[in-house]
Amino acid sequence: MKKFLLMLGLLSALFAAAAPAKDVTLLNVSYDPTRELYRDINAAFVAQWKAQHGDAVTINMSHGGSGKQARSVVDGLPADVVTLALANDIDAVASRGLIAKDWQKRLPDNASPYTSTIVFLVRKGNPKSIKDWPDLIKPNIQVITPNPKTSGGARWNFLAAWGYALKQHGGNETKARAYVQALYQHVPVLDTGARGATNTFAQRGVGDVLVAWESEALLAQRELGKDTFDIVVPSISILAEPPVAVVDKNVDKHDTRAVAEAYVKFLYSPQAQAIEAKNFYRPRLSAVSAQFAAQFPKVNTFTINDVFGDWHQAQAKFFADGAIFDQIGPGH
Amino acid sequence: MNRPRRRPHWSRRIGHVLLVLAATAFLTIFLALPLAVVFVEAFRQGLRAYLSAIGQHEALMAIRLTLLVAAISVPLNVVFGVAAAWAMARFEFRGKALLGAFIDLPFSVSPVISGLVYVLLFGAQGWFGRWLELHDVKIIFAIPGLVLATIFITLPFVARELIPLMQSQGSDEEEAARVLGAGGWQMFFRVTLPNIRWALLYGVLLCNARAMGEFGAVSVVSGHIRGLTTTMPLEVEMLYNEYNYVGAFAVATLLALLALATLSIKALLEWRYGDEIAAHAPGGH
Repeated sequence: MKKFLLMLGLLSALFAAAAPAKDVTLLNVSYDPTRELYRDINAAFVAQWKAQHGDAVTINMSHGGSGKQARSVVDGLPADVVTLALANDIDAVASRGLIAKDWQKRLPDNASPYTSTIVFLVRKGNPKSIKDWPDLIKPNIQVITPNPKTSGGARWNFLAAWGYALKQHGGNETKARAYVQALYQHVPVLDTGARGATNTFAQRGVGDVLVAWESEALLAQRELGKDTFDIVVPSISILAEPPVAVVDKNVDKHDTRAVAEAYVKFLYSPQAQAIEAKNFYRPRLSAVSAQFAAQFPKVNTFTINDVFGDWHQAQAKFFADGAIFDQIGPGH
Repeated sequence: MNRPRRRPHWSRRIGHVLLVLAATAFLTIFLALPLAVVFVEAFRQGLRAYLSAIGQHEALMAIRLTLLVAAISVPLNVVFGVAAAWAMARFEFRGKALLGAFIDLPFSVSPVISGLVYVLLFGAQGWFGRWLELHDVKIIFAIPGLVLATIFITLPFVARELIPLMQSQGSDEEEAARVLGAGGWQMFFRVTLPNIRWALLYGVLLCNARAMGEFGAVSVVSGHIRGLTTTMPLEVEMLYNEYNYVGAFAVATLLALLALATLSIKALLEWRYGDEIAAHAPGGH
């Protein structure tokens, strides 16, 4: 019995040690490929906050497929800030009352401090000569893209492909659908997140082309060597706007609203915009864009509103249960 | 073994050799090579890179969390396992078959489902979500959730190890102790526990190995908050996803070493106390 009590004491000591320190702590729940970006952003923000207010802020990160992350926040992951891949995932959190419904109007540029687009990553020298969307459905081409059900990047990929086909065929939905269906027949594996797909393509060597975030493609080139991969910019792609929001219910509960709001505003500052550009996200500030112009190729883009109305409509039409992706995805 | 045998026909001997070769090749490809890869990749950039990868704050926190989760769930499963084995081996009661089925449930349910069940129960949208939130109790995406999921996954290991042994031992020695005037606890600590100690240790080892290595169930309830709710297997996946291959494989070597240590102690136990693990040999100690 004495031993048992001793053990109990030991355990409670361990628990006490595991409790967080007393300073302000924020949890940023983000999507898959932003790990490097927010590591740099957090360091800069922590230093700035310390200089301005003298308080120590700790920013914890959680990364995963955007849809899965939104689901976790709905299930109680105590996020102070969400920085996800697309507006619909933040809408999903907002629809449970955790975030004010007008969140996208509280910050500039649709609450998206940086943008990106969808490009192709191919093996060095482009051995299968993949130049544009039609090449993806040629015989013997294997395309790597994650699962749109769980990954935000994958949904941007899907919509980029659909938008291309729609424009190519003069707005003919049937032909767009046939193209996208053919595309998914070339997909051997659907990872749950963008980073998983990158690893499948880059590290495990599966597939001929990775349809990916531009930021992810540039990062893979930097991390794994310029001599291993080439980036191919298609004739047309989608302008991806990954949005950010403060999770109202959680910051009020944690008493962290001031820091959380400063944190998302910081993402628009010249300092943060430069960090975003360095991490291959396209900055909003024109001064910073000009500075990094060489890094980002010219891409002919359309927005989600141009082609699909808005995210809500696109989600319902393509990615809801039983919607178009379920009808034409792999295996159909 | 040493008895002289009739030389088998040459074709059977070739078959025999081929079979051994096939088994060895299979084991090499599926066990030895992956294990070797883990260590080769971990030390690819030298010992210094390996040590610094393990010394990272996040890696250390993951190791601490893994030890903490195992330190809570393994003792609880020892208590439950002994109690369940006792009940199953010593008593006849209604629903005994049902209890047996429940003990085996974690073996048959996918770990991801086990984790998801806790999210559905204790998540913010779950059955008890509102109540937990009102009382500011955190279970999912916090340490209690990790512990719960681990307990569920490792629940059968101790009980399943003890039940056949206690059944074959019977209750004669315990009854003798009671007749000679021993109390309940006295009987348990003086007679029952010594009889089952090696099998119990064996069960604890397996339980601990699984508790530290579990990925699926823990992944669902973790929330993947770096340095707070990531155990070692989750940390391995994260580091790998961050192109930090040395870091990922360095943490993986720790898990591999744990597995090797478990295996060695297990082999030792089987060799030294095999009779007491497989079945009780009367007066064998």
